Amino acid sequence: MKLLIKIAIILVMITGNVFAQKYLTKNGKISFFSDAPAEKIEAHNNQVNTALDITTGEFVFKVLIKSFEFKNALMQEHFNENYLESGKYPNSTFKGKVTNLSEINFTKNGTYKANVEGDLTIHGVTQKIKQSGFFEVKDGKISANSKFSVALKDYDIKIPNTVISNIAENIEITVNVSLEAIK
Amino acid sequence: MQKTLVLFIFLISILPNVVKSQDLMDLLGNDKPKEFTTATFKTTHLIIGQSVENVAKGHLNVVISHHFGKINDGPYNFFGLDQSTIRLGLEYGVTDRLEAGIGRSAYQKTADGFVKYKILRQDNLSMPVGVSYFGSIAINTLKWADPSRVNYFTSRLSFVNQLIVARKFNDNLSLQITPTYVHKNLVPTNADQNNIFAMGAGGRYKFTKRMSVNAEYYYLLPGKTADDNINSLSLGVDMETGGHVFQLFFTNSQPLFERGFITESQGKWNKGDIFFGFNIIRTFGIIKPKEFKGK
Repeated sequence: MKLLIKIAIILVMITGNVFAQKYLTKNGKISFFSDAPAEKIEAHNNQVNTALDITTGEFVFKVLIKSFEFKNALMQEHFNENYLESGKYPNSTFKGKVTNLSEINFTKNGTYKANVEGDLTIHGVTQKIKQSGFFEVKDGKISANSKFSVALKDYDIKIPNTVISNIAENIEITVNVSLEAIK
Repeated sequence: MQKTLVLFIFLISILPNVVKSQDLMDLLGNDKPKEFTTATFKTTHLIIGQSVENVAKGHLNVVISHHFGKINDGPYNFFGLDQSTIRLGLEYGVTDRLEAGIGRSAYQKTADGFVKYKILRQDNLSMPVGVSYFGSIAINTLKWADPSRVNYFTSRLSFVNQLIVARKFNDNLSLQITPTYVHKNLVPTNADQNNIFAMGAGGRYKFTKRMSVNAEYYYLLPGKTADDNINSLSLGVDMETGGHVFQLFFTNSQPLFERGFITESQGKWNKGDIFFGFNIIRTFGIIKPKEFKGK
């Protein structure tokens, strides 16, 4: 009887580790690029928080808007004050899931195409998005890459008439995050 | 009994899976990071005086300030638009907290050099105000009135020290007070003050994303300077577009640098001694952040 309990407790400890396999980073990179006739604008954020659960496929991102760095500080200030209104909406988030989880083996080294679906929230507006990217598994680290486009209109981000040829209506977003397992 | 125990233990083992859903997002941290308040004012000047804002590190502000003549000069002088006085200035962000600059005004052909340092920065957690120090030296470069006298170079100098205390209350309203100490090495008569104290106060109200209405007032503490001059009062509008800030204003001060407008303003608002003026401030990035080097 006592032996059974001991075995059961050991099982609980093992299953606790095997079932909840989560990967995390607080230094993920997201860049965006606006290609307009009069001006090209780019910004980089190297403090993206990302978490991935390899058993359920849940994939979440939290991006602090004030951490986007621009070449010109004034542009960065306008981005925060006038366009993204980061005082009101400090973070942009993505809550989604990998939909083709069965095609990906997170424990084996390799590159896997991934389809991701979920809710993207920017400037306080949430839209359902479906995008694809790649997971690269190497020696216990998972990196995720994706490039996709976002329409500013969809997130209520207004471009004033005076700068209409300086800011593109669709912005190209590049995601590059490297996750490590949580011990 | 044994069966119940085993069942209980089995349930415990699958518990971690069930609690997961919001867990993942929570992992990303609910802690609020400390953020310094930005854009308390649209630029480094409130109207003609300083604001608590500095130029960003590695960036250069080119400041063109222009006052016209007095509005009550009448139609013959096109209500003051025929006359003008200017100041050209450069302001550079040496570090995140230190700004240094130089300027040159037509008024008494004054050259000025200054520093502005952020002592305390307002943040979203504990610091309710931003406090900066502003220090400037102004040199009057007019030719000596009487070259046959013994004239000292130091007589040309005046010094201004200010403590700028400001708070951004919300996206629209920011207020500032600016206690000021002015020292003039040489004054016209014995009765005139070499040391003058003043209290500045002002603020801005943003009424659209890119425009605000600003007010600035400097009160001279009682003394001969306060008796002989008028407290500087300016009202204006800020407009920002891309890399420029345009400040349009009406003021009773003709000089455009600190010692000048704080202690030597002569205009009376109620008499129409009002000068229309504008500042154009353009920001250039000189040193690019690491990520952008080579682009």
